[in-house]
Amino acid sequence: MAHAATHDHHDDHHGAPKNFFVRWCMSTNHKDIGTLYLVFSLLMFFIGGSFAMVIRAELFKPGLQLVQPYFFNEMTTMHALVMIFGAVMPAFVGLGNWMIPMMIGAPDMALPRMNNLSFWILPFAFTLLLSTLFLPGGGPAGGWTMYPPLSLQGDSVAYLVFAVHLMGISSIMGAINIIATILNMRAPGMDLLKMPVFVWSWLITAFLLIAVMPVLAGAVTMLLTDKYFGTSFFNAAGGGDPILFQHIFWFFGHPEVYIMILPAFGLVSEIIPTFARKPIFGYKAMVFAIASIAFLSFIVWAHHMFAVGLPLGGEIFFMYATMLIAVPTGVKVFNWVSTMWGGSMTFETPMLFAVAFVILFTIGGFSGLMLALAPADFQYHDSYFVVAHFHYVLVTGAIFAIIASTYYWLPKWTGHMYSETWGKIHFWNSVIWVNVLFFPQHFLGLAGMPRRIPDYNVAFANFNMISSIGGFLFGASQLIFVGVIVHAVWFSKKKAPDRVWEGARGLEWTLPSPAPYHTFEVPPVIHDDELAHGHTDD
Amino acid sequence: MAQQQGVYFVPSKSQWPIVAAVVMFVTVLGAAHWLNAPPGEASFGKTMLTIGFVGILLMFFGWFRSVIRESLAGNYNSQVDRSFRMGMMWFIFSEVMFFGAFFGALFYARMFAVPWLGGEGHGVLTHQFLWDDYAASWGASGGGGPGRVGGSFQTVAPWGLPLLNTLILLSSSVTVTIAHHALKAGHRGKILLFLGLTVLLGATFLWFQAHEYIEAYKELNLTLQSGVYGSTFFMLTGFHGMHVTLGTIMLAIIWLRVAKGHFTKEHHFAFEAVAWYWHFVDVVWLGLFMFVYIL
Repeated sequence: MAHAATHDHHDDHHGAPKNFFVRWCMSTNHKDIGTLYLVFSLLMFFIGGSFAMVIRAELFKPGLQLVQPYFFNEMTTMHALVMIFGAVMPAFVGLGNWMIPMMIGAPDMALPRMNNLSFWILPFAFTLLLSTLFLPGGGPAGGWTMYPPLSLQGDSVAYLVFAVHLMGISSIMGAINIIATILNMRAPGMDLLKMPVFVWSWLITAFLLIAVMPVLAGAVTMLLTDKYFGTSFFNAAGGGDPILFQHIFWFFGHPEVYIMILPAFGLVSEIIPTFARKPIFGYKAMVFAIASIAFLSFIVWAHHMFAVGLPLGGEIFFMYATMLIAVPTGVKVFNWVSTMWGGSMTFETPMLFAVAFVILFTIGGFSGLMLALAPADFQYHDSYFVVAHFHYVLVTGAIFAIIASTYYWLPKWTGHMYSETWGKIHFWNSVIWVNVLFFPQHFLGLAGMPRRIPDYNVAFANFNMISSIGGFLFGASQLIFVGVIVHAVWFSKKKAPDRVWEGARGLEWTLPSPAPYHTFEVPPVIHDDELAHGHTDD
Repeated sequence: MAQQQGVYFVPSKSQWPIVAAVVMFVTVLGAAHWLNAPPGEASFGKTMLTIGFVGILLMFFGWFRSVIRESLAGNYNSQVDRSFRMGMMWFIFSEVMFFGAFFGALFYARMFAVPWLGGEGHGVLTHQFLWDDYAASWGASGGGGPGRVGGSFQTVAPWGLPLLNTLILLSSSVTVTIAHHALKAGHRGKILLFLGLTVLLGATFLWFQAHEYIEAYKELNLTLQSGVYGSTFFMLTGFHGMHVTLGTIMLAIIWLRVAKGHFTKEHHFAFEAVAWYWHFVDVVWLGLFMFVYIL
């Protein structure tokens, strides 16, 4: 028996396969698959970003300037779908793939071939989705939330639905893999409550994914049958109800919001202690806060639907349940700040992005609390205030955390230091322009500008122009990010040490930089003082 | 099988994942083209769908063949076994949530949508101005909605075929459990007998279900188009039927593998995974029998 096993093993033992196709398309290596995910996510970030540029260009001045309204609607729809399913979620899966096995002392993911499949579904799913833009009749233009009956117009429904099915299959398999890895592959001595917060956040996120992606699949399947097979799920004449779709969709959609932020919480919880040179404040509270947020995310979905005419009892329940989420979220923000309190802090690029995350995400959280108030939401609903809110949460929240962790682990991945100067230039450009981009949108929304329109009242002209200028410059700043990555991967001469950051703790920093193709083939011996959370008695 | 203590098993590279991604893409692209083809016109979508579907079958065959070979070669230690178990459990959980979406639609339609259309609660004005002659009820009288979408229909009586099918599925859960105990005791003849019985019961269930569908379409005028009643009835029972089909095929493959002597008393994860899946399909049926047929 040992023979067959060692033989199978052996192909991969000495390093990456030479053949390009074999290495990247048939891989079972968590680092290669993680890289694929991250590169794919960066590509989608720019494709989705180019759609956003079209939107901001059209909104630069009032009146129809550049594109037709239908195309504008395609852009808002596709921007959201590409950014959510193509950029943010794959980036987190990529980071999880790269880091979770190295953080818990595992040789690889628990189910490496399924891991490869979950990645390779994505390029095909997005080919299917993006191809609709070139089809006669155009792509989906009913918004990423796909509300019927609007979304059922046009011929792209089937393409959209099947693309969502594929993305769902990919996410579910990725999530199953992460759960199996964390629960089954930890090195002896890596107790659950010694795991890095990032690993915890992914464990909980993976549970959310398995619970809600199938519900989305069910919802879009009903759209498909309503459109093509004559069912009446969302047709009032047949006894159905269009609002039913919104309930099913947001039962997926609200946990989905946390799927896009909980791993970011985890990432920031790794970065801040490193640069504050202090262990995280309240480790267990951080873990329980993530779990509480995940639990609450299942019972707040109808706060997206306050304006559809819910029964009063529903409005009140969902309002209070939503406001409850502020409690565990407040715990997290408090603990990040307390971690920094009294620390000997330095501000390298990852830390700058992480601190910006804490401040700007909190702004997004507060505007979320305003939206949670049902009576106030009647005013804000579907206005630019909502757009400003979720972009603060997703861009300065999720995306900033992803960028911060890219800078944080890039030296570990490549073995080279990135250019700190250019990293800081990237940071200051991003943080300034992102606020120029999104902050005025609060005012636009409160003044009454609706979202998802290509034209607007001239009263909104000034803030829109400011927002657009911020948008173009924020978009351009991200080219610096690509430059820094390309430089670090191929041109940087500066070797990174094993423990890249002075204050970094955790198993991944005990490995050489760059991390060898295979790590921890034999379970490592865990010394608690090497761990980020080795002696947590709090 | 001996364990390699303290050494992890990482499987070698494989072409199957990328093949799987390609055939899935071909399948859904074909399906999307087919659905959008003008009625009555030949569409290459149908051909593509067929090719993709055959491709998926071949892919499963190839992927499982390589996994079975590795398993028989003894490559899978207890840690890999646990990973497989977790994978299967969480997969079944995701299936539960998928059915949850459709059960949710059923409950919402019955408890809220239809009564509101009949004027209950805040549906007063809708009722008065749009459909003031609609008396809200579920089943044959009101389940087609106020527009009587799909024409008038009759519902399937629960105490005929559906009851028989319930008994069949319940017995099949018993027979698969007996087969499992026989496997643990190492009585291959008994396993083959009871596992074979399970396959037969599954096939019989599908036969009756097909019969019921034909009767619904031909005699009762109950179709997928029969308003929200028909939608929920056929989508729930249809997806369940697809899962029974898949489960029966999996059981049949497991029967062949038992016959070839692939399993030992200790090492038979594939058997257990299929058994779990079969129990899951059984439990979903109990929910269906209760909420779709009886109530």
